[in-house]
Amino acid sequence: MNTNHSIKRSVSLYSFQEEYFLRKLTLEDLIAVTQRLDIPGVEIIPDQMIPGYPNLTDEFLRQWHGWMEKYERTPVCMDMFLDWNKFKGRVMTEDERVESIARDIVNARKLGCGVIRVIHDVEPHILERLAPTAEKHEVTLALEIHAPSYYDSPHEQRLVAMFQRVQSPYLGFTLDLGVFVKRLPRVITERFLRDGMKKEIVEYLATAYESRTMPQSKELGRPNTALMEKVIEMGGSEEDARKAMVGAHMIYADPKMMLDYLPYTYHIHAKFYEMLPDYTEYSIPYEEVVPLLIQGGYSGYLSSEYEGNRWIQDAFEVDSVEQVRRHQVMLKRLLGEE
Amino acid sequence: MFDKYMIVGEAFRNVQEGGRITGYQFGVRLPYYRGVVLSLVGDMDLTVDGEKVPPEDMTVTVGGKTLPVTQLEDEPEAKWEFGEVGIVTVKKPGGLAPGEHTLELRQHMKISYVPGGFWGKDKKTLRLAG
Repeated sequence: MNTNHSIKRSVSLYSFQEEYFLRKLTLEDLIAVTQRLDIPGVEIIPDQMIPGYPNLTDEFLRQWHGWMEKYERTPVCMDMFLDWNKFKGRVMTEDERVESIARDIVNARKLGCGVIRVIHDVEPHILERLAPTAEKHEVTLALEIHAPSYYDSPHEQRLVAMFQRVQSPYLGFTLDLGVFVKRLPRVITERFLRDGMKKEIVEYLATAYESRTMPQSKELGRPNTALMEKVIEMGGSEEDARKAMVGAHMIYADPKMMLDYLPYTYHIHAKFYEMLPDYTEYSIPYEEVVPLLIQGGYSGYLSSEYEGNRWIQDAFEVDSVEQVRRHQVMLKRLLGEE
Repeated sequence: MFDKYMIVGEAFRNVQEGGRITGYQFGVRLPYYRGVVLSLVGDMDLTVDGEKVPPEDMTVTVGGKTLPVTQLEDEPEAKWEFGEVGIVTVKKPGGLAPGEHTLELRQHMKISYVPGGFWGKDKKTLRLAG
């Protein structure tokens, strides 16, 4: 195993959304968990766990940095959103969009985060306008590549062209490893069955996905009518058809293509749906992906991002902490830390 | 995402004002993974015992602020935080009779990066104390 790399581990507190939502764990509890699980870096969605965001009070900032010191953790990444439709009857102007993200940049710096995960739909020219602000505050704007998009999708290719032209070390990508779903997560197919989808349809979805014969959507936000029609044809309901679209939004992209684009990649969401007791992920082949990150010289954080809770909460007690623990054990093994 | 947690039964009760029952209320959590400004909280389609409740009869109290549901779209600053229980109050002289009632809520979330936003839905049968 090649252990000559400088990849670091972190966790997005998004992973613990179930427990936080239900007020079982507080923000401080979660930071304490990251220490207990030996995860050096912390990523946060401020809209999720910092009430009043984008207003960051001095009191909150004192607390936040106090926790980082107390639990010996490092803030790594802040995830932003651009609510361009929040004003009644109109969309945000270009200046308002720039201003909103500029505020996020200042906030990320206040939180001690050197990277911002930029929401997928921000236009290249908006990011370009923000490059000087990002440089001034030394915060990298890393737009998220999220399934069903990948590096070779149209929006991403426009961004690459801009990155090449602007040559700013503060503009790049966050990659969500959900682009490498090799087989449909079992937590999803089992949920479909519990929700009453016909077994033949669930089996079709799992098999067609795995054999890459399922009609796919190629870009985020585009409807996939072919798959919906197929499910209806098999006797599924419209509700079943809508659910099946989840599968169509997943992709197994070519991991080797990453090698060309890792120089533009500053952060990684290590997405997962189900960590098995043997410390492997059911649907995403980390064994293929992590060695390529090492080979490609990736030097940012691998940030655990658990997203299985929503599929199992109907029938099971969600234990995000245990899921993240297993995921980090796997990352340590693949990074040669053990 | 959090559909099954949307309707919060603990807060289900009739509302009294000036010695008269003027309506009823219950708790609501949004079905989304982050807090949002109120203008992103879309239509709240509420059905109680099979009968649709007119949106004009509903207010929501969140973060210490009470707004008519029909005016949420005018509020791009105040937030409904992640997991926060808002209180929905429905105007109904006399309130609801003691006993079981079935509440069904379809909640639209106007999330900009999801074309058309998305809907969360929850249905619960709650008991109103006599």
